[in-house]
Formats: sequence, structure tokens, C-alpha cells
Amino acid sequence: MSRTPQRAAPRHAPSIRIGCDVHPISEIAASIELFGERYLSRVFTTVEREQTAGPMSLERLAGRFAAKEAVLKVLQVPSMASVPWKSIEVRTGGNGVPYVVLSGSAQEMAERQGISRVDISLSHDGGVAMAVAAAIPASAA
Amino acid sequence: MSADTATDERKSEEGIRDVTDERIRAVLSAHAKLREPADGLAEAGDLYAAGMTSHASVNVMLALEDAFDIEFPDALLTKHTFCTIATIRDAVTGLLEPAA
Repeated sequence: MSRTPQRAAPRHAPSIRIGCDVHPISEIAASIELFGERYLSRVFTTVEREQTAGPMSLERLAGRFAAKEAVLKVLQVPSMASVPWKSIEVRTGGNGVPYVVLSGSAQEMAERQGISRVDISLSHDGGVAMAVAAAIPASAA
Repeated sequence: MSADTATDERKSEEGIRDVTDERIRAVLSAHAKLREPADGLAEAGDLYAAGMTSHASVNVMLALEDAFDIEFPDALLTKHTFCTIATIRDAVTGLLEPAA
């Protein structure tokens, strides 16, 4: 039996963390129906709401919620730490590619851990939105 | 303070605590998506382990604000705050108490 030779990791290899999350689109609709503006304004930033407006808004909002959760995972947030949902903002660039803007406690947490940026990828299908986040350390940026 | 007064205050605190717990359990039953009825949960039982998702905790937070006429500040938006009935009660009672 042949075995794949194991390669030793470089001594100073940057450690990229990944996190993922899935979210049912129907739950976003239910929360908006129940709590309306209060729900939207507590979870999503003005930019997120502007960029998700339109016929696919529920799918886009669900993707952004999944992204926020995925980012919380890569930041490895302790249970006592406060990281408001709006301190993790998901924007869409001019090329249509989503990116993350951290602020407040989320930004401080990333800086303390040497994370220079968080990349994300979003998708949705079959009533579910999903997101993958990758925390890029400063040494790899 | 007389012994009678101290006993009355303790009974009053216990009464408020019971009412608060009942309303918290009602909110959890309606919004936490638990796998078991909230009435049967121990006050130190982990709500996330019982099935509450992060998104459900958003609904729980907003429903608690409605039920108690309070607003959770950002500092209380932690996983710990919504982890058990006891931690939720601590947060709610802290917000209900008038500022010193």
C-alpha cells in the first residue's frame, strides 16, 4: 500500500481559519413579520439593507446573517464577549463580490488575534443561505 | 429592619422572580425553537444545547424587550446573556432596576 508522504508544515506558516454557517431563508421572513423594523435595524446595517433591497432581499439578508455567524466562528468569540451583529458588515463590491467590514468590538477582536481581513463567500438554494468565512492573518495578507 | 420586614421583602423578591421566570419561559416557548418545552427546563440548563440557534436568540431578545419593556444594550449582546434562564433573568432584572 502506498502512502502519501507527509510534508512538514513550514515553521512560520500562516494559520488561515475558516468558518461556515447555513441559515433558513424562511426564518428571516418570519422575524421580519414578527418584529419588523426593530429586527432589521438591530441585525443589519444601513448599507446591508440598501444593498439587499429588491426582489431577492430575503435570500440576500439570510446570506448576510449566515456570513455574520461564520465570521463570529473565525473570530472565536468568547461567550462573555459582546460582538453586536452590526459590527460585522457584509458589503457587495462593484464587481459583485461580497466582502466584510469589521468595526467596534469585532474589529478589535480581529486585530488582537492578528487577523488582517476576513474573506467570505455566500450562496443560497433550496430555501437555505450559506456562507463561508476565511480569516486571513496579517502574515499572509 | 425587623424580621417581619425582612421576610416580607424576601417574599416580594421571590414573587417578582417567579413572575419574571414565567414570562421568560413564555418567551422561550414562543421563540427559542427548543426541542423540549421551556416549562420543564432547569434555570441553569443550556438553552443552546436545548436547540436554540443564534438567530432564535435574536427573536428571544426582541420578544423579551417587548415583554418587559426594556432594551438590551450592545454590552449585553453576548452568548452568555442568553445561555440559560438564570442568565436571562439576571440581565432582565438588571435592566429593570432603576439606575442608582
